[in-house]
Amino acid sequence: MSFYEQPQRILLPAKVGYMALTLVLALLFNLLPWRDVTGLPDMVALVLTFWCVHQPRKMGIGIAWFVGLVMDAGDSALLGQHAFAYAFLAFAAVSLHRRILWFSPWRQAAHVLVLLLLSQALMLAVRLVAGGVFPGLAYFAGTLIAAALWPTVSFLLLLPQRRPESVDENRPI
Amino acid sequence: MDYQPPPFFSRGPAPLVRLGFFVCLAVLLMVLDARFRYAESLRQVIALLAYPLQRVALAPGEMFGAAAAFFTTQVSLKQENEQLKAKQLQAANELLTVQALRSENAQLRRLLEARERLPRESTLAEILYQGRDPFSRKVIVDKGRQQGIQPGQAVIDDLGVIGQVTRVYPLLSEVTLITDKEQRTPVQVVRNGLRAIVYGGGDRGTLELSYMATNADVLADDVLVTSGIDGTYPPGLPVAKVSRIEQDAAYSFAKITCVPTAGTEQNRQVLVLSREMNLPTPPVETESAAGKPPKPKRSRGRE
Repeated sequence: MSFYEQPQRILLPAKVGYMALTLVLALLFNLLPWRDVTGLPDMVALVLTFWCVHQPRKMGIGIAWFVGLVMDAGDSALLGQHAFAYAFLAFAAVSLHRRILWFSPWRQAAHVLVLLLLSQALMLAVRLVAGGVFPGLAYFAGTLIAAALWPTVSFLLLLPQRRPESVDENRPI
Repeated sequence: MDYQPPPFFSRGPAPLVRLGFFVCLAVLLMVLDARFRYAESLRQVIALLAYPLQRVALAPGEMFGAAAAFFTTQVSLKQENEQLKAKQLQAANELLTVQALRSENAQLRRLLEARERLPRESTLAEILYQGRDPFSRKVIVDKGRQQGIQPGQAVIDDLGVIGQVTRVYPLLSEVTLITDKEQRTPVQVVRNGLRAIVYGGGDRGTLELSYMATNADVLADDVLVTSGIDGTYPPGLPVAKVSRIEQDAAYSFAKITCVPTAGTEQNRQVLVLSREMNLPTPPVETESAAGKPPKPKRSRGRE
């Protein structure tokens, strides 16, 4: 049975507190003291994309912009660089959310890869304009890994919405 | 007459409008930050927001470090102890020579009526993490404005100069390494006293001695130390060693690559040196002839 013929499950509404918690956890992941590890996925970008695709009414460009600012300050990068890229990422994800959710998880990951690459290319362009040097193609390795993580991350992030609403003690399963 | 549909599905401004607004805001911030450095106060506020997150993010690493230190075997400690004792004996010998030289130097200086250089105050700091930004070479250390750190102070480790404090937050400060592309360090060749400026080489972890004529007297393995003429770095601290010299007749300058002496990427403990306070004030540039005291512009109108 292909993905399109599977029954689609009706999910519980997402809680705003849970969304905020996942974003904070993603920020924590990004601020861990990684020392010169190449190919680190940008978890904040991934989680932002996820919530923009799944909850475009609750998550949007403004929040993405602000989270980007926090990333800039924590990273001591150019102030506004992540904000710029994340705002664009959120816009693209919100405008494509109806399309993306029709695909199977791996095909969704292909869409997400393009979005993440675009936002990272924007960041690169900003830094090159501001007088930086090209850090090499390894700069994009993290994005590939982030896109590969999409099916896992989206499964994990959807778990709380998959709980049964009322627990039935007599139910066999 | 126009009839507006009732706002059943009011969603605020269209996404494109929002995107435009936030992109404009971000571009404004970037221009303010990169060109004019006006966004520092905003950065301070947001950094304060990110500070608890950073501390929490550092906790697992610190716990791991503590556990690893706990399980260090006695054998390795013993070995290290013996090595250190041997090293101390060697160092003691050299120290005696250094002390003799220092007293002699002080005497000579007094003879020359040279101004005695005061020992600088220094603060021990620990590198918390390296900035994730792949475009720059910066580290964050755990001392900030509350511990008296000021922007512009030099940062060294036990081998030489590491970099300079560029931003100070209340509890943290940001050190730009000498290998950063935007960082310049005034140096002097030990062998012949030639002054030069060393530029950071970006992500390669090397340094470049730029704008040296092709016939400049620089050889491979020359040691570069700080010249101290800028008043930021104390003179005589090792900075780098010349590793390669390319002389191309097509260019008027030689391409000289150096390797930093200090462990810019390895060490955790660093020393932040305070700035020298008794510097002579820089000469005031005035249009009036030399000898006249510079007058404030306002008083001129009353005369």
